[in-house]
Amino acid sequence: MTQMNMVSAINDALRFEMRNDDRVVLLGEDVGKLGGVFRVTAGLQKEFGEDRVIDTPLSETGIIGTAIGMALGGLRPVPEIQFGDFIYPAVDQLVSEASKYRYRSGGEFTCPMVVRVPVGGGIKGGHYHSQSPESMFIHTAGLKVVCPSNPFDAKGLLLASIRDNDPVLFFEPKRVYRALKMDVPEGEYTIELSKAKVVREGEHVTLVAWGAMLLEAIAAAEEVKEQGIEVEVIDLRTLWPVDTETVVASVKKTGRMVIVHEAAKACGLGAEMVAQICEHAFLHLQAPPRRVTGWDTPFPYTLENEYLPLAHRIVPALIETAKF
Amino acid sequence: MNLETKPGSIPPGTASKKIVGVLDFDGRADPETDPKLDLATARRIYEAMLRTRAIDARLMRLQRQGRIGFHVGCEGEEAAILASAAAMRDQDWLFPCYREVGAALYRGLSLQTYIDNMYGNANDIPKGRQMPDHVTARAQHFSSITAPIGTQITQAVGFAWAAKIRKQDVVTATYFGDGATSSNDFHAGMNFAGVYQTPTLFLLRNNGWAISISSEQQTHSRTYADKGVAYGVPAIRVDGNDALAVYGVTRAAVERASAGGGPTFIELVTYRTGAHSSSDDPTAYRETMESEEAQKRDPLRRLRRYLDRQNAWSDAEQTAAEEKITSELSVCIEKAEAAPAPSIASMFEEVFEDMPAHLVEQQAECVNGPRTRKRH
Repeated sequence: MTQMNMVSAINDALRFEMRNDDRVVLLGEDVGKLGGVFRVTAGLQKEFGEDRVIDTPLSETGIIGTAIGMALGGLRPVPEIQFGDFIYPAVDQLVSEASKYRYRSGGEFTCPMVVRVPVGGGIKGGHYHSQSPESMFIHTAGLKVVCPSNPFDAKGLLLASIRDNDPVLFFEPKRVYRALKMDVPEGEYTIELSKAKVVREGEHVTLVAWGAMLLEAIAAAEEVKEQGIEVEVIDLRTLWPVDTETVVASVKKTGRMVIVHEAAKACGLGAEMVAQICEHAFLHLQAPPRRVTGWDTPFPYTLENEYLPLAHRIVPALIETAKF
Repeated sequence: MNLETKPGSIPPGTASKKIVGVLDFDGRADPETDPKLDLATARRIYEAMLRTRAIDARLMRLQRQGRIGFHVGCEGEEAAILASAAAMRDQDWLFPCYREVGAALYRGLSLQTYIDNMYGNANDIPKGRQMPDHVTARAQHFSSITAPIGTQITQAVGFAWAAKIRKQDVVTATYFGDGATSSNDFHAGMNFAGVYQTPTLFLLRNNGWAISISSEQQTHSRTYADKGVAYGVPAIRVDGNDALAVYGVTRAAVERASAGGGPTFIELVTYRTGAHSSSDDPTAYRETMESEEAQKRDPLRRLRRYLDRQNAWSDAEQTAAEEKITSELSVCIEKAEAAPAPSIASMFEEVFEDMPAHLVEQQAECVNGPRTRKRH
């Protein structure tokens, strides 16, 4: 066991898998010599060379388009998009190409690659360094979306993602990158995709979150405990295909659900989860399912802590839902 | 072939306006540029061009009869497509646009498999999930066709790059039309290929039109080949209706890429004598005269005249080849029309390697649910 933050846990996972599988290559803007603007890939070019840790020209279209070609050509590329906010030039390649290769070719071609994408707010990044664009990719059939909330999960989920035979968008919550350290095993372990984790048991309200908002969810759960409200906190970990079963089982027990995400409210993953609960656990509901999310505005700079669904907004939602 | 016609001799940063050619309109080969193609290969290319044109004509009729939903053919561009495909080696890969299915057939895709694709039936490789002509042919080293313009270009670069990293001798060729030179992926693909010197051939079929948009409206560059200069990718213009010129230049570019010499941008100057697709009406945007002029440059006629001069083709062979493809098509069409539609359950398969819970649920809902009254 070594104490690691999320940056070093992801670096450790990449290093492990690059030693383990010579098909794994990294590419992106500044990932090589610099080790990435967040230093997630620090030291890897030195160990694995310029053929396997590639500094690319500045083009998200080019990074993802060539990564798809590499995947078709037998490699396991792990491209990095420097910020989730800059992923949009690559949307054509992700939505029309990577996600469709298996389906449209009748299974003749597959596109195994992991697109690493730093996401989320709370770092004073303003509109162009703070977004959480998971919903648009969830809405695209054929992409998996993963978002760890802590260093241990980040390593296990990343190794599972690289070994997966489908394209995975690996969303890394920037706010968590260096926010906490925990014991992370050296060497190999994986965390199965599409499995949520009940991180705290409770009988009164189910609270669903992921990524950086999981810490806020846990803080809110602690706070309402003083009022006698026991909250069951679920970390989705994989956002798509989502583990509806774990959430439904919890809501059948508690009869109440609050879901938290940074992305805008309209058509966010929260909307889908509320619909799933209505379809699968309607008669168990004791209160309307509730969403605590980013607002339907662009992500703001100065007022980001009013935009984000932090504990101060989760707490009243939990109390109102529990007492409904 | 003189120096200027050899792509390897063109230093990065230059592009000549000159169009390299071998055959004149009567099929006489210029000894300066003649690649001295063996007659067996020349015959094979000619026959493939003949078959491709016959297939296009038949498929367009089927579409007009309402028997297939769509067709996008390559009338007038057969030499650009088939002679370049013929110049690629077996281990090489093609990343096509949607007009080059003839190249997959040349590489061994069965006509039946192609016709099954036109019907989207249960025997179609993409299982009826794509429109007609959007084929996949992995065994022929031919990637999966899509409609977004240019997306295959960066993929071809990435595939070649992977081969280079893995130290495999594989060259990729990507086909695209003149409209694609305005796309993001053309820019990114040319730039990445230039920087990383990937073994990639950029085969631009400059057929004069991107649906209704002419070259003058597509670019203010002097030529499309000029665009190679900015990327440091050697570029050459070739008469795309001249099978021997297309073959010679493409082959030289393959050899250079294979030897570590990097990418080449080849502008195949041709003309789309037909419509963009079965959904298009070219009389709305161009004069008929222009098409007639282009027909004088017909790539089939020029290669046929060349073969005649070598006594390498006869009228009897022509008739036999035409009758053969006609009857083969009839058999394939009959079989394709008799084949069932893909199963309803198959609509939910291969979205992912393993079917996730939500698709298991939706598959059961669909399979056990009400059936449409519309025909498949």
